[in-house]
Amino acid sequence: MAEALLEIAGLVKRFGGLLATDNLHLAVRAGEIHAVIGPNGAGKTTLVAQLQGELKPDAGTIRFAGADVTRLKPHQRAVRGIARSFQITSIFPDMSALDNVALAVQAHAGHSFGMWRSAATEAALRTPALAALEQVGLAERGHSVAAHLAHGEQRQLELAMALATRPQLLLLDEPMAGMGKEDAERMVRLIGGLKGSHTVLLVEHDMDAVFALADQITVLVYGRVLATGTPAAIRANAEVRRAYLGDEVAP
Amino acid sequence: MVIDPQLLAFQALNGLQLGVMLFLMAAGLTLVFGIMNLINLAHGSLYMVGAYFAATLQGWSGSFVLAALLAIPATLVLGVAVELVVLRTLYDRDHLDQVLATFGLILFFNEAVRIVWGPSALFMTTPDFLSGQVALPFGIIYPSYRFAIIAVGLAVALFLYGLISHTRVGMLIRAGASNRAMVGALGVDVKFLYTAVFALGTALAGIAGLMAGPILSVESGMGEPILILTFVVIVIGGIGSIRGAFMGALLIGVVDTLGRSFLPGLLRATFNPQVANAAGPALASMLIYILMALVLAFRPQGLFPARAA
Amino acid sequence: MTATSRRIVLRALVLWGGLALLLVLPPAAALADQPFYLTLVTRMLIFAIAALSLDLILGYGAMVSFGHAAYLGVGAYAVGILAYHGVNAAWIQWPVAIVASALVAALIGLVSLRTSGVYFIMITLAFAQMLYFLGISLKIYGGDDGLTINARTDFGGVIDLASNVVLYYLVLAVLLGFLLLGQRLIASRFGMVIRGAKSNERRMRALGFPTVRYRLVAFVIAGTMCGVAGVLLANLTNFTSPAYMHWTRSGELMVMVILGGMGSLIGPIFGAFALLALEEVLSSYTQHWQFILGPVLILIVLFAKRGIYGLLGAARESAAAGPPAAGPPHG
Repeated sequence: MAEALLEIAGLVKRFGGLLATDNLHLAVRAGEIHAVIGPNGAGKTTLVAQLQGELKPDAGTIRFAGADVTRLKPHQRAVRGIARSFQITSIFPDMSALDNVALAVQAHAGHSFGMWRSAATEAALRTPALAALEQVGLAERGHSVAAHLAHGEQRQLELAMALATRPQLLLLDEPMAGMGKEDAERMVRLIGGLKGSHTVLLVEHDMDAVFALADQITVLVYGRVLATGTPAAIRANAEVRRAYLGDEVAP
Repeated sequence: MVIDPQLLAFQALNGLQLGVMLFLMAAGLTLVFGIMNLINLAHGSLYMVGAYFAATLQGWSGSFVLAALLAIPATLVLGVAVELVVLRTLYDRDHLDQVLATFGLILFFNEAVRIVWGPSALFMTTPDFLSGQVALPFGIIYPSYRFAIIAVGLAVALFLYGLISHTRVGMLIRAGASNRAMVGALGVDVKFLYTAVFALGTALAGIAGLMAGPILSVESGMGEPILILTFVVIVIGGIGSIRGAFMGALLIGVVDTLGRSFLPGLLRATFNPQVANAAGPALASMLIYILMALVLAFRPQGLFPARAA
Repeated sequence: MTATSRRIVLRALVLWGGLALLLVLPPAAALADQPFYLTLVTRMLIFAIAALSLDLILGYGAMVSFGHAAYLGVGAYAVGILAYHGVNAAWIQWPVAIVASALVAALIGLVSLRTSGVYFIMITLAFAQMLYFLGISLKIYGGDDGLTINARTDFGGVIDLASNVVLYYLVLAVLLGFLLLGQRLIASRFGMVIRGAKSNERRMRALGFPTVRYRLVAFVIAGTMCGVAGVLLANLTNFTSPAYMHWTRSGELMVMVILGGMGSLIGPIFGAFALLALEEVLSSYTQHWQFILGPVLILIVLFAKRGIYGLLGAARESAAAGPPAAGPPHG
């Protein structure tokens, strides 16, 4: 078994009296798409926020690529290769789509204290940014102001920004949220295309998408891991069916 | 250097007196901010207008009590008028807009009082029944009027505590400070609640202005120095928190007063007189800002933040 | 001609025409025997520098600094105190003023940038007030009354600042230099980070930017530029005083930025000219001009947020999104 890229051990997060993350253990191997599912309030977004560094866990450790990152700040983790897309689209609405992605490239292309040369003419930023836009199918929309893009396009843009940072680990928090059928299918194809080249931790409610994409699935309930396994194993797991999936979802 | 304990007690009381004045200002400002999300620079103008009303009424009637009874409602009416005409349109604006528009209000009010009352300062006298001294334990003699300020300030603090923790209005205020959307959901007339809260804040500023009248000169622009001190109080105490405003106000009042009276002397005891004479007053005037910086270094949300987030 | 292209032509006319007017103003004022206008416009240009520096952080970085006049005072006091001790040489005065304002901005920025939103506004205001009181407590340097400066900065005969005309051109050159610098800065990598942090700070951190560090550098740059404006102001008035740091001065700088149009560097220049001209005109009619200015300000905030330069149809690249966000809460 390959060494895990991401290893979470004994993670605990409390909000007042509520245990949002309850002694959670989880490992994600390099190159796999690992889906995290669970009912609302299971602590999925809280988990993502702790992995990215916006929330500090109360206990436990997060190891990433062999190093303990539990105490690192979001920007430090981003530099080490953890990229996140947010449940609610998080882009730079007043900038062009290309500028959005170029800024993502810039985050990982040396320091940004250059104050004289125009960033808009720097090939080192623009070329990879265009490539990332192309990868998600937004090449034509590069010069549109991000706020004017359709909802589905904005989600694609956010994915392009995450990809442009050349991450080792992508944390995707409900990338299909609020999408129509067509957009969602395109997003599934996009994420599927990352298999093998990227490691993805995917939080998603759309079960069709999860079972189509995931190599591994972890089911969270009340901040605890109920089960982890291949899609087939999860589907067959009686406890999971009872607690969450329900009979109508499983075929 | 030996610090005379009686002088120390006297100055500590002065600090307390400044503290309760700051609390009256900070309580209104922090409520308005916590509930309406409005940063109101013109809060100092209401304090100034309160002092002008009181000084004028005392001049006419010769009675401090009558002046107090009329000046506070008059200030309140003016404050509500300002809320209805200008501030109400600012609740949904960003903080920059609020700052600029209320800055415009300050310019307006500072000039308006010059037009109405002329450029020179007005003076109020302490009422006869408070013109003497009170004898406190340990042989401390303290002016009755200043002692009365402390008493009124503490009484208002108690009243606010009771209002906010034990009444339905207080419940709404607390709910508003932590979750604005919820108040609307409770079926409360939000506009009315806002006006009421603003009126309460105005009344507190009016009381502060009235009480400051006899110890300061009543003049145009008198509201802003205390406004900026009040900001320091709120930053230290935590925005939106009455308890924070109270603790912050007393802390700032005492530190500022004691710093100004004893720091130069303490420096003289340690350094040579020339250095001490130059640096003492400078350091004393910077003390509370340094304190603010220290608090922020460890507690960016202030000592008693109203919201956990 | 379409409305858009008409506006572009109009804007170019205003900009280049304005620059031409500024260039010929000193001889024109001399011909008309109106030296007052030279002083007035020099003053406008100096405040344009200060407003431009504030716009760098306010308009592009959403850092609502309500204490920007502090640096005006630091720059002016650097000149005044050195001159008081007989040091007039430019090669000492300018570096000292620049280092001092950068240092003060760094200290204020270090504390205030730990917070955001309304805290930031109050803290920057409080620190400026602290410096104001510090100025008052410096009795040997005039305290409340201020400090008269006997001689202007000495450039060793290269530039003779004793002449008001030379001073005028120096001020204009500094303004144009800062304008160029600012334009480059905003379009650079650094500028992109500052604008990104204004637009969506959370996203910036998720991308890997330590935003506070970049903000601090921008804050220091703006403070330093304003310090230079202070140096020039002290030279113009031959005087420095705590009044330069008064909180109303900081408020006026913000008004200039908004009045001119936030989020373009040209805007604040228009704003500085407009506000000072308005003050000049109003005060010639009545001593109570602030009674009129106050409500005018409120009306501008409520109804004319795009500012003068915005009315000229300036392309407001990133500013299309309008007012700065109050900044997301930290932590």
